[in-house]
Amino acid sequence: MTAAISVSKLSKHYNVPEREGGLKAAVVSLFNRKYRAVKAVDDISFSIEPGEIVGFLGPNGAGKTTTLKVLSGLLHPTAGEVNVIGYEPTKRSHDYLRQVALVMGNRNQLSWDLPAIDSFELQRAIYGIPVTEFMKTRDDFIDLLELKDLVNKPVRNLSLGERMKMEIVGALLHRPKVLFLDEPTIGLDVTMQRRIRAFIKEYNHRWSATVLLTSHYMADVEALCKRVIVIHHGQTLFDGELSALVTQFSSFKTLGVTLPNPEADLSQYGEVLTRDGARVTLRVAKSKTSQVTANLLSDLQVDDLTVEDTPVDDVIDSVFTSSEELK
Amino acid sequence: MRRYVDFYLASMKVAILSQIQYSVANYFYMIGMITEPVIYLVVWTTIAKQEGGMTGGYTAGAFAAYYIIWTLVRNMNIVFTPYGWEWRIREGQLSMELMRPIHPIHGDVAFFAGWKFVVILLWLPLAAILSWIFKPDFDIRWMEVIVFFLAIWGAYLIRTILLSLLGMITFWTTRVSAIFELYFGLELILSGRLVPMTIMPVWVQSLSNYLPFKWTFFFPIEALVGTMNDAQLWAGVGMQALWVASGVIILNLIWGFAIKQYSAVGG
Repeated sequence: MTAAISVSKLSKHYNVPEREGGLKAAVVSLFNRKYRAVKAVDDISFSIEPGEIVGFLGPNGAGKTTTLKVLSGLLHPTAGEVNVIGYEPTKRSHDYLRQVALVMGNRNQLSWDLPAIDSFELQRAIYGIPVTEFMKTRDDFIDLLELKDLVNKPVRNLSLGERMKMEIVGALLHRPKVLFLDEPTIGLDVTMQRRIRAFIKEYNHRWSATVLLTSHYMADVEALCKRVIVIHHGQTLFDGELSALVTQFSSFKTLGVTLPNPEADLSQYGEVLTRDGARVTLRVAKSKTSQVTANLLSDLQVDDLTVEDTPVDDVIDSVFTSSEELK
Repeated sequence: MRRYVDFYLASMKVAILSQIQYSVANYFYMIGMITEPVIYLVVWTTIAKQEGGMTGGYTAGAFAAYYIIWTLVRNMNIVFTPYGWEWRIREGQLSMELMRPIHPIHGDVAFFAGWKFVVILLWLPLAAILSWIFKPDFDIRWMEVIVFFLAIWGAYLIRTILLSLLGMITFWTTRVSAIFELYFGLELILSGRLVPMTIMPVWVQSLSNYLPFKWTFFFPIEALVGTMNDAQLWAGVGMQALWVASGVIILNLIWGFAIKQYSAVGG
């Protein structure tokens, strides 16, 4: 199968002017400007199959958004090759732009003053969508996101979450084959995040769309992505299944113990993470989990005991920390 | 081609709907804008009266006609400014526009063209009041009306291209207000915005013949209220078309470089 997205040795470097603080340095910089090369993306390669949803993870400044911008044709790479559904994004051909969408959680494209329904009509004209197809897609999306009562209200009168749902409808009316989603749920409450996740999943399922998603909310990633690519300082740290990431980078398990005696000291069994009344959570080395579990059950009267993998948030954090330590 | 027509109509509709939402604000904006020509008008009609009823070939009534039409031409000349370019690059708005399968400048042209329909509607009562106060001398032929109609859209396109070219400097550096101010200074003197070009010194008039500015102000106004014959009128439209065509070529050329330079700093 031909990859929907193929990235080979992609680099994007910037020359950023820099100077010391203060007036003297400011005057000197007028005559002798110094630049520092910043490697926003540095030699990354990956490929994504059609219909896949891939989480693109990394801390702020890791190079995620830069990569998305190169893939969507906004930025020209410094080096490397990029191919998305058979197109070279930097050529920005209209055929290509008609088949992709970039949704950024903090950017708006709908007219602020008008009801979203008017802006959707403009999207129809921009993408040359046949009227019947447009109306069907629009109405489907409105139903899926439960927007029927809101489409006739001026966008400026909608809440952040309602606006984001409208933005997503507007961005996907042309039924793009590839979605680049940059923090689509940023700033939204949990219910709204869930609804948007469900919509993305349904869109992917219905249209077999390929999705590359960045998000700082692990709940987004866990709900949508089987596979993740983790980058840091512009370089790939991990590319594989989310479950494999947890196995590879998490050397701990979390034990939840409920005891009749809330005062019991459990520090000898592992690192006490939280204590909430009778419930204690412990962090235990993965290799010692069975031994510690057996010891707990034999030494103490235990009402309840659970064994869980480390939360993905913590795993990702440990990936970044370990990469910093290796530097 | 059909897609572009559809896009232009849809964009213009959105612009009209948006501007109708703010019709009161628009009206006050227009009233504010009228201050500038009224000052010129009062100064020049006073000078004309002091010089025996005419100065530089213009009577008080001719000045009144010039500056009343000026108000419409000025409104037709409102386009997406270089400050707007600076804003949309800094705020990341351009990134969203670049994701569309249509050039952002088409979006600008279409949106502001839609706005003009609201502007013209709002201008009519203002023009009636100004005419009642300043008593302009209008002696207008049908050919002048036809050419004026074409010329105001020609002026709109030329000014869009010029200010877009200027705005595109922000692809390289995001703080270029000083350059914009220099441009607006030159335009004020060389376009007929400050005074009719025929009142300017001969060397300024000669210089203006080689520059695009006068085709955005002086020519459309003179086409309606001046004394040009048909050949001169159509030659003027031809010159506008020439400036538009060369502007489009230069714009495309620079856009090719600019887009490679784009760093999407604002998102």
